Amino acid sequence: MAANRYDAVVIGGGHNGLVAAAYLARAGKKVLVLERRHLVGGSAVTEEIYPGFKYSVCSYVVSLLRPEIIRELDLSAHGLDLLPLESTVTPLPNGDYLARWADHDQTRRELYRHSPRDAEAYDEFGTLMYHLAFAVKPILSMVPPDPTSLSPADLRSLLKLANHFRGLGEEKLYPLIKLMTMSSADYLDEWFETEALKATMSASGVIGTFLGPRSPGTAYVLLHHYMGEIDGAFRAWGFAKGGTGSVSEAIASAARGLGAEIRTEASVARVIIENGRAAGVALESGEEIRANVVVSGVDPRLTFLGLIEPDELPSEFVQAIKRFRIRGSSGKVNLALDALPNLACLPGVGPHLRGAVSISPSIEYLERAYDDAKYGSFSRHPYMDIVLPSMIDPDMAPPGKHVMSIFVQYAPYELNGGWNDAQREEFGDAVIDTLSEYMPNLKEIILHRQVLTPWDMERDFGLTEGNIFHGELSLHQLFFMRPAAPWTDYHTPIKDFYQCGSGTHPGGGISGASGRLAALTMLEDM
Amino acid sequence: MLRTTPFHPRTGPLCQAKNWRRWAGYVAASSYELTHEREYHAIRSAAALIDVSPLYKYSVRGPDAGRLLNRVVTRDVDKCAVNQVMYTPWCDEDGKVIDDGTLSRLGEETFRLTAAEPNLRWLRDNALGLNVTIDDVTDSIAAVALQGPNSREILKHASDAELDDLRFFRLTPARVQEVPVTISRTGYTGDLGYEVWVDAERAVSLWDALMAAGEPYGITPAGMLALDVSRIEAGLLLNQVDYIPANKALLETRKSSPFELSLGWTVALGKDQFVGRASLVEEQRRGPASHLRGLEIEWESLEEIYAEFGLPPELPTIAWRTSVPVYSNSKQIGYATSGAWSPTLKRYIALAHLRAQHAELGTKLAMEVTAEHQRKSALARVVTTPFFDPERKRA
Ligand SMILES: Cc1cc2nc3c(=O)[nH]c(=O)nc-3n(C[C@H](O)[C@H](O)[C@H](O)COP(=O)(O)OP(=O)(O)OC[C@H]3O[C@@H](n4cnc5c(N)ncnc54)[C@H](O)[C@@H]3O)c2cc1C
Repeated sequence: MAANRYDAVVIGGGHNGLVAAAYLARAGKKVLVLERRHLVGGSAVTEEIYPGFKYSVCSYVVSLLRPEIIRELDLSAHGLDLLPLESTVTPLPNGDYLARWADHDQTRRELYRHSPRDAEAYDEFGTLMYHLAFAVKPILSMVPPDPTSLSPADLRSLLKLANHFRGLGEEKLYPLIKLMTMSSADYLDEWFETEALKATMSASGVIGTFLGPRSPGTAYVLLHHYMGEIDGAFRAWGFAKGGTGSVSEAIASAARGLGAEIRTEASVARVIIENGRAAGVALESGEEIRANVVVSGVDPRLTFLGLIEPDELPSEFVQAIKRFRIRGSSGKVNLALDALPNLACLPGVGPHLRGAVSISPSIEYLERAYDDAKYGSFSRHPYMDIVLPSMIDPDMAPPGKHVMSIFVQYAPYELNGGWNDAQREEFGDAVIDTLSEYMPNLKEIILHRQVLTPWDMERDFGLTEGNIFHGELSLHQLFFMRPAAPWTDYHTPIKDFYQCGSGTHPGGGISGASGRLAALTMLEDM
Repeated sequence: MLRTTPFHPRTGPLCQAKNWRRWAGYVAASSYELTHEREYHAIRSAAALIDVSPLYKYSVRGPDAGRLLNRVVTRDVDKCAVNQVMYTPWCDEDGKVIDDGTLSRLGEETFRLTAAEPNLRWLRDNALGLNVTIDDVTDSIAAVALQGPNSREILKHASDAELDDLRFFRLTPARVQEVPVTISRTGYTGDLGYEVWVDAERAVSLWDALMAAGEPYGITPAGMLALDVSRIEAGLLLNQVDYIPANKALLETRKSSPFELSLGWTVALGKDQFVGRASLVEEQRRGPASHLRGLEIEWESLEEIYAEFGLPPELPTIAWRTSVPVYSNSKQIGYATSGAWSPTLKRYIALAHLRAQHAELGTKLAMEVTAEHQRKSALARVVTTPFFDPERKRA
């Protein structure tokens, strides 16, 4: 039996669980990853749902993948290849468009066409945001200290943080505070007048939240894009060749190379707790696996309300987890296409098809979309972020054919009448109908369509309420507060039981940061 | 007047960046797009089409063609089968490298040699008394490199060649839509790739056929900037950058032998006379004074240097080609000649001439970097080249 005992068992083979496993194995620990599905990756998977066409089923761009992870796990050697995703085009209702290109001057000229004032402000804005991002970025690689604690370790990291911000100076500190508290639309109103520009930028602040562009606290996420720029050399922000599943595959390959064991189709039913300490896990199959420590990469709701007996946890903690906002608000549509779509505003084949197309013509448009969701229906005219992965990596589809990834917001988890197959198709139709207004040939070229609602994400991907980030990335759920104070440093109220998924600091996206920081924390204890 | 290559009717309009540079008397695109990033990634993840026509090309024919070449280059030409290609340097009498290129054996008595610099006179001088004809065919033969993981698929569609049987450094005559060409499995990227050689008059038809066949596979015209990054990743040398040709060097110390360039594997001392042999035999016995090696500059060290100024590491956005000092314990023991951030490896890499006792793999050294106008030295490690060597290159 002793031979079967692991130093650590990781629940869930999402990319964070895999990162945690790799770091634990790297430190010489005997590690086992248990993944419910037949493949690893969680929300970062590539699947050939329709023969010959590869879908990045859920997540489709890599955001802020930590350079230290790429380096320390040597992910390039394990097949990670991040390609540039250069432009964003926002089609406008009047038949025109707004584009932002990889080349700075080209973008400025384009903005100038819409507003000479915005074209100038854009540079200034960029410089300020770069500075702020540089100040905030270290937080991504830092275990959140407990601000109420007097332990030397916590004090030390609080001090580090304070020093960092002190270095900013007033002219930067105020904007930072604004950014932390305002809505993205209000923040951008202070800078720009072009509606499509403000809408497209602020859309990034509402992705994965059940908030609108005018909800306070959504401005902060604007910074993420600029953080990506700082890590530009590593292309922390980009498109993974082979789809996002290849990121997970590279991490899994690194983990295996370091000695970690990975089991798929191994669903964990509960965490075994003995004398107040985690002692292993029991699988759905009845099999029990013993380990010195257990770490969960599934979201906080599932972890604490699904895998643990409630009486093992302090009741105020259970309450906090129940309050943790994890409302799903997004959907995803993947298409297999017989040919390239034609943008009415920019007909023909061109570089714009290698970047993102954003359906976000105005703040009002986004607000309308949000209104639908507030009253329990999906947006009839949703915000959409679209990429054609096969234009960036031709191997995603058979030669000459294409795949399209459409991220859609809003699709509320709590739909009037509940989600079912018919509602799913109706939602898919609304997406295609809206998109066809901008891409007239779209309906004629669709070979296959996959529609994911929050309901599907919960069922198939183990995301509670279909929340793509294991809990909203709104300000009161970040950092000191993710998922619930004071259990934000990857520890939990149960000894030898840890958390490492996106529900912990610094949160969602394919960054791997939670997995790495959790493993480093665990190793300190082990 | 700088000349344009036979592909210019196509490459000219494609070059949105209007970013041209000179290459051996021709203009060559630095990048087609405003930045070279996507062109680089096409080389590594899809397919890139690169006009390499400015290469000097010499046709060497006749009963003594093999003898002449064996006399000039360091490789053993007798071992070069028909339809084989050899990479080879050639040296002066002192065994110092004059140039390097590829030697293709098109027939028993027919060869083609490529070179970075003019070599017609050198070849003719060495041909005295031999029955051989040497012509400069630089202008009459156009060449385009199709490089990247999808290059084979594209060429299969575009040509009638049996590409599954074409091994690394072999060539085959073929047709691309009625245009007669030679396809060699060679290139300057260290990736799966081919070079297609064509009569200058038919160059445009070849370009069109390749672009059309490549469209579904992500074919992308790529310029010199993208090529430069990939050749550094592949650890391939560039004449006038990584070494100074012996016949142009102002100082003796600027010259390099093949051994010093880590090209010892190309020196066939076993064959009887060739230019520079005596010196090379002697040098091999003595051991070279320096080696050209790969350096990997450590990221953590760069982070520390830049953190002093409150900045993240700032890396050059294109490959550089300047001489940069390399130190061991603050003493200069060599110099790097070219370097780049490798987007594929996510590593900052350079090629450097290092004194022999500091050239062991794994040796810890330091390379000068300029941060905020100040000289700093970043830790670096001696590593093997190629830095990047995918299986598909030979598979
Ligand atoms: C539709 C969608 C689009 C997105 N788009 C982007 C994007 O473009 N860019 C970006 O950066 N991020 C995006 N995200 C977010 C990003 O994908 C996630 O934040 C990230 O992948 C989460 O990784 P994780 O490892 O923390 O968790 P997960 O990927 O959720 O991994 C958890 C794993 O646990 C497994 N599991 C669950 N229950 C059990 C059990 N009982 N036993 C065993 N295993 C179990 C699951 O199957 C899953 O594999 C998107 C997410 C979604 C859903």
